[in-house]
Amino acid sequence: MLVYLLKRIAIGLATLLVASAVVFSVLEIIPGDPALLMLGMNAEPDTLAALREQMGLNQPVFLRYLDWVSGLAVGDFGTSYTYSSPVLELIGERVMVSLPLALISLFLSTVIALPVGIFAAARRGKPADTITMGAAQVGVAIPNFWFALLLIYLFAVWLRLVPAGGFPGWDAGIWAGLKALILPAIALALPQAAILARVTRSAMLEVLGEDYIRTARAKGMPRRIVLWHHALRNALIPVLTILGLQFAFLLAGTIIIENVFYLPGLGRLVFQAITQRDLIVVEGVVMLLVATVIIVNILVDIGYAIVDPRLRTRR
Amino acid sequence: MSLLEIENLSLSIAGHPVLKDVDLQIAPGEVLGVVGESGSGKSMSALTVMQLLPELTRAQGRVTFDGIDILAAPEEAMCRLRGDDLGMVFQEPMTALNPVKTIGEQVAEGIRWHTGANRPDAEARARAILDRVGLPESKFPLSRFPHELSGGQRQRVVIAIACALKPKLLIADEPTTALDVVLQAQILDLLRDLVEENRMGLMLISHDLAVVADMADRVTVMRHGVVMESGPTATVLREQKHPYTRQLAEASTHVPARARPQEEAGKEEQTPLLSVSSVTRDYPGRRKGLFSKPEPFRAVDNVSFSLVPGHAVALVGRSGCGKSTLARMILALDRPTSGEIRLDGEALGGKSEHELRHARRNMQVVFQDPYGSFNPRHQVERLVAEPLHLLDTKPSVTERRERVAEALESVGLKASDMQKYPHEFSGGQRQRVSIARAIITRPKLIVADEPVSALDVSIRAQILDLFADLNQRLDLTYLFITHDLTVARAITDEVMVMHDGRIVESGPTAAVLENPESEAAKALVAAAPDLERAIAARLAREKA
Amino acid sequence: MSQDASMPPAPPQNHFLQMALANRSFMIGLFITLIITGMALLSFVWTPYDITHLVVSDRMQGLSWAHPLGTDHLGRDILSMIMIGARNSIAVAIVAVGIGMGVGVPLGCWAAARGGVVDEVLMRFNDLVFAFPALLSAIMITAIFGPGAINAIIAIGIFNVPVFARVARAGALSIWPREFILAARAAGKNRVLITIEHILPNIVALLLVQGTIQFALGILAEAGLSYLGLGTQPPMPSWGRMLFEAQTRMMIAPHLAIFPGLAIVITVLGLNLLGDGLRDLLDPRLRRER
Repeated sequence: MLVYLLKRIAIGLATLLVASAVVFSVLEIIPGDPALLMLGMNAEPDTLAALREQMGLNQPVFLRYLDWVSGLAVGDFGTSYTYSSPVLELIGERVMVSLPLALISLFLSTVIALPVGIFAAARRGKPADTITMGAAQVGVAIPNFWFALLLIYLFAVWLRLVPAGGFPGWDAGIWAGLKALILPAIALALPQAAILARVTRSAMLEVLGEDYIRTARAKGMPRRIVLWHHALRNALIPVLTILGLQFAFLLAGTIIIENVFYLPGLGRLVFQAITQRDLIVVEGVVMLLVATVIIVNILVDIGYAIVDPRLRTRR
Repeated sequence: MSLLEIENLSLSIAGHPVLKDVDLQIAPGEVLGVVGESGSGKSMSALTVMQLLPELTRAQGRVTFDGIDILAAPEEAMCRLRGDDLGMVFQEPMTALNPVKTIGEQVAEGIRWHTGANRPDAEARARAILDRVGLPESKFPLSRFPHELSGGQRQRVVIAIACALKPKLLIADEPTTALDVVLQAQILDLLRDLVEENRMGLMLISHDLAVVADMADRVTVMRHGVVMESGPTATVLREQKHPYTRQLAEASTHVPARARPQEEAGKEEQTPLLSVSSVTRDYPGRRKGLFSKPEPFRAVDNVSFSLVPGHAVALVGRSGCGKSTLARMILALDRPTSGEIRLDGEALGGKSEHELRHARRNMQVVFQDPYGSFNPRHQVERLVAEPLHLLDTKPSVTERRERVAEALESVGLKASDMQKYPHEFSGGQRQRVSIARAIITRPKLIVADEPVSALDVSIRAQILDLFADLNQRLDLTYLFITHDLTVARAITDEVMVMHDGRIVESGPTAAVLENPESEAAKALVAAAPDLERAIAARLAREKA
Repeated sequence: MSQDASMPPAPPQNHFLQMALANRSFMIGLFITLIITGMALLSFVWTPYDITHLVVSDRMQGLSWAHPLGTDHLGRDILSMIMIGARNSIAVAIVAVGIGMGVGVPLGCWAAARGGVVDEVLMRFNDLVFAFPALLSAIMITAIFGPGAINAIIAIGIFNVPVFARVARAGALSIWPREFILAARAAGKNRVLITIEHILPNIVALLLVQGTIQFALGILAEAGLSYLGLGTQPPMPSWGRMLFEAQTRMMIAPHLAIFPGLAIVITVLGLNLLGDGLRDLLDPRLRRER
């Protein structure tokens, strides 16, 4: 397992390196002159030259790449052109909004989906199953930003329980912060929960058809105990896979949701950076998100090994 | 009084009748063999007793176990019975254990549930029963996971779970069908001992008459959900009063009529059709540590032999002995690590798929699973014609049809069957189709990998007859890969015994099977169930 | 034991229609999909109102006989805009799924057929694409090459490639060890022929099902990009764009946000139901595997 894990981490680092090359070429080589792209066609020649100097555009491409990557490795993400502050600092501020948002919605979707999925599987074919899975089917089809609009209309405009958008900052108190994040978190979590519930149900049903479930029943264990002690843990493997994928999806989802709610998070940062063509910020945030996805995948792999002893001997 | 009494049991699944008026009795300490082919309803009878039937099942009649009316018993009462007074062992040991729980947890779980014992006590009892079924603590601590055990060892764990609380009745549904003969003998011995020690009743379900003859005091023969005949094993199997019992008995000892190839004087000089010389196959092994080199696993170890044209040769051995790997190399589906294989003098090694066409035309294959060996989406015409791809000139459509029709007819099917899909045939017919596919290029050598082991005994006899018939008509040479000595005995001239990647013994079939010399061959012969021997032994015991 | 009794026969062709008619999710899904497609096709020749013609006097109307779903801030008929928006969503999703299937399926089959280094490299490449959250990369692409439907299609399509490659590879890997593949090899067929004749027909059900799922995801992604202003550009109406424009006017005219959203939900729901139904119909074994 240790060998496997080391291999996995090595592959993750390699993927990250290739990803950096991809990001670099997409953002700095394909557009031709990034400085021109950033300033627009009507840029003053002086400003353009200054920016080119600042970005090091007069150096060969390869050197620029090396410079950038080695900077990333030591935590130097460069300086934002529009904010005139270090990218890392910007990211640091924004992570404090995006990370809690992603974590809360992941938590919400898991605590909703798992019990619902198990419940539906245990009552397969009964009305309770049909109703919950019908609801899940609709939930999967709801775009999260539309759901966010409906939530805003209902809870912020109509009932006036929470703010319709914006973020007071954690300095305003944890409660105020959470209040601003709760609607976005629900909007992100619900469609994900619907997917997860469906996966949980079908994973449970598949496991419940296995021979070892019959063995456990032949041992005299009642259905309910078999469900929780024998079936659930085996059904967790596909659930973990989906959870890993969903985390990546949630990260991306924050881009839209943060825009709907005007939250100063990473998603809004990268979106604004893109519209303002602040490439240095875009590069930094993209690399950060890619790294997060890779780390989450490795964590999911460790999760597999915890759940399933057969995977502990993988190499 | 009977321990288990089944009266007039009828069962239907979603309106489909599976059992009709079944009667069965088992006395305490008695072994009842339930014999039948697939679809006879023997497993369903067992699941009825356990009340573990699939959904949508309707049962009528009476099932009384130990004075309890099973069909009327509520689920909680059944939970108290199952695993305590009623134990069950299943066919497939590889999937019968929960992969994420240790064997200790799985054995102790039932003990704790039924006796209310605390964890250390339950684990001590689990330890004791695992020791009893032949899994000593030194090699099989409670913390082992199922995937660390072999099939035979897993079946022992399943037996330990079923017998942990000394049940009054143990139901064993084809407990050894998925195991090789040597393991089968060991597991049957274990079951026999447990029955004697605990005076428990045993309901042994099997398709194999010889196994039942060997084990059971009484036997019930079932077919299509109906009991054909019941009675003491010796009487039923000696007298064979019921025609179906006779049919089963004959089929399971069936030897196809077949003229032995003439022993020509200059046989030694005859060029062999197939010659295998010093063939070895290594598979990359697992790395033991981060920097140590992986040790390769040697599946086939320096094997040499040759086949005389027209002969039928059996390659027998326990599962995992390397016989299938060897067969795949002969068929040029896998490459030897070293050594050489020649077919008709032509070396197979190092050739491209195109260069192999000639050789492939001359050797074809028949597989074990007559369902899995067809693409379910193709019609029989296309399936059977597939090897025609090997011809140098592509046959025209009519020519192709003619050859398919001819092949189908020579295996006892109709030319009109070529429009059908594989699922429209029974298992035996499907195996005929796969033989038709194998002979369509008029090959010289047929490699058959367990060609009848997935078939019911009566079908198996018919397919063996077909093999024997084709052997003479088409002058085919056979290499049968099998773990079943009755197949080897029925149809082959020579036998080679394989063990741990090596051929340890070979010679004329009768000689090897009568007087095995190597340890491996002796073990195989001793373990192989033999109907006549079992009946004789049972009669002798009765007389004594 | 023989497996005869336990093997469910594959459905013969003539029973397919009967089974399809009896499959509720398939029929509902098919019905919805046909309605939406029909609406999109109809919009090419007829819409209730000309949406390029702005009638300021009709601004922000509620529901009425004249405008069943009301009008927007420029006086355009919402129903007409939804009809034309369907066109966009479907076109983007079809092409994106086409790109994903066209590139991903051959790659996945290749990886499964060759194994070894080819497989490893392809799968690492897959991991790489998967490491970029799809929407983020779509935003990146549209930011560099400018917003617009074409770039949105490419962006969504690229992220369908590894999905189909994975599904095709997993499906193919489960078919390769089957005995009928060995029989085909004994009949001298090479990998390409075996893949075409034996592998593809047996994974087509999987691919179709995944296709409907990706189609639905494509529609969601297009709506998301358009909402951010990176997808279909005005004056061409799109569902996502309509929602963006509705957001600031939600207090006065909530219906502006409701109907385009419902259009998305119904379309995606229909496609998902169709996919579920197809899965049950095409391969009874798949239902268990999921």
